[in-house]
Amino acid sequence: MALRVRGDSLRHAFNRKVIFRDVSFDVTARRSLMVAGRNGAGKSTLIKILCGVLSPTAGTVTIDADDTGDSFAVQRRIGLVAPYLQVYEEFSALENLHMSMTLRGAVPEDARARQLLERVALDPNRTDPVRGFSSGMKQRLKYAMALIHRPPVLVLDEPMSNLDADGIAIVRGIMQEHLQEGIVVVATNDRSDLAAPDMEVDLNARR
Amino acid sequence: MPVVERSARRWLRSTVAVFLKDWRSELRTRYAISALGMFVVTTLSMIMFSLAGETPSLEVLAGMLWVVIFFAAMSGLSRTFVTEEERGTSMTLQLQAPPSAVYFGKLLFNLVLGAGLTLLTVVLYAVFITGFVVTSYGVFAAAIVLGSIGLSAASTIIAAIIARANTKGTLYPVLSFPILLPVLMTAIRATRMACEGTTWTDAGGEFQVLISYIVVVVTASYMLFEYIWKD
Repeated sequence: MALRVRGDSLRHAFNRKVIFRDVSFDVTARRSLMVAGRNGAGKSTLIKILCGVLSPTAGTVTIDADDTGDSFAVQRRIGLVAPYLQVYEEFSALENLHMSMTLRGAVPEDARARQLLERVALDPNRTDPVRGFSSGMKQRLKYAMALIHRPPVLVLDEPMSNLDADGIAIVRGIMQEHLQEGIVVVATNDRSDLAAPDMEVDLNARR
Repeated sequence: MPVVERSARRWLRSTVAVFLKDWRSELRTRYAISALGMFVVTTLSMIMFSLAGETPSLEVLAGMLWVVIFFAAMSGLSRTFVTEEERGTSMTLQLQAPPSAVYFGKLLFNLVLGAGLTLLTVVLYAVFITGFVVTSYGVFAAAIVLGSIGLSAASTIIAAIIARANTKGTLYPVLSFPILLPVLMTAIRATRMACEGTTWTDAGGEFQVLISYIVVVVTASYMLFEYIWKD
């Protein structure tokens, strides 16, 4: 079955206050989706719903790649980078990546972890505790963690936050590489984060 | 390898990984171990001072043992879920491990922590509290082991419920007490009987209650955990 991310008539409300309604999208492989909207429009809420960590008030999200009948299938297919997603600070970057693999039920692959740390330019700091990392270094580590299980769908909420010019260039490269086979979803206020999205959901118009 | 066997191995690896993550984190930070250890030592010291050499009845001594274990558990067994919330790593874990693996991994961690806490308390209690003499060692060991498992099992699911509350420190013992009352009352009775020299046959009813309690709590927790953990 072809890779496809679909949101169907999504609506979400907190204590009767509707955040967004009638949000639908359908993205296929090698395409990108931008989620736009002002502060409080529900971008992060939609991202959490898409990743299966929050249930929508109404509507459904489906991610089709292969039907394994696994209830945890959505989380296995998604790699998320977001400001509200934290890493374990008492462990090193390498330990975080090894844990990420074993928590997903995989056998840890040291070569894969080292390769990703090199990709985000954190290999020299791989054994340092994350507690001592700057916010930009933590953001880079989040990219390595999001990619460690080779997810077909990469979901990025405020993808460039805390990154310097080198970090932004690395993230742009990761997004381009991912779009060769997978799907990239970006939620942002800054349209330069994703120059030419194939689809756009504007949450300002969905209140 | 068949799909079912592959899924089972993956689930088992996830469960063990959750346990090992918490255990390594605890060894580095020592939040729960320090809290439990300090609580047991200070409470036993206060009991020794207040008894001032007097020897209460076996019923009182058995009750006091479980009072120490209960409040020490309340000071440390919630850490496994509370630290995930405090550090903001709950969502990271939600994305990495299936809910059932998180539940059983954290249950395993609390069982180990609960066993350590109970062992420490029993050893210090037997050494420093005069008049606490066990006659039926087998019955005593079974009461302590089953009571500790019941306490840890119920504490785990309550910790998951209160982890997102603002007043978690107060809410934990308040919410735990009525749920833990059956296991505490039964464990206190079984401990007293062990001190009085009862037989396995006489204490059988108490063990049936404790085993039933553990089975019910773990089954209900497993079924409810995904709803507690997700939203």
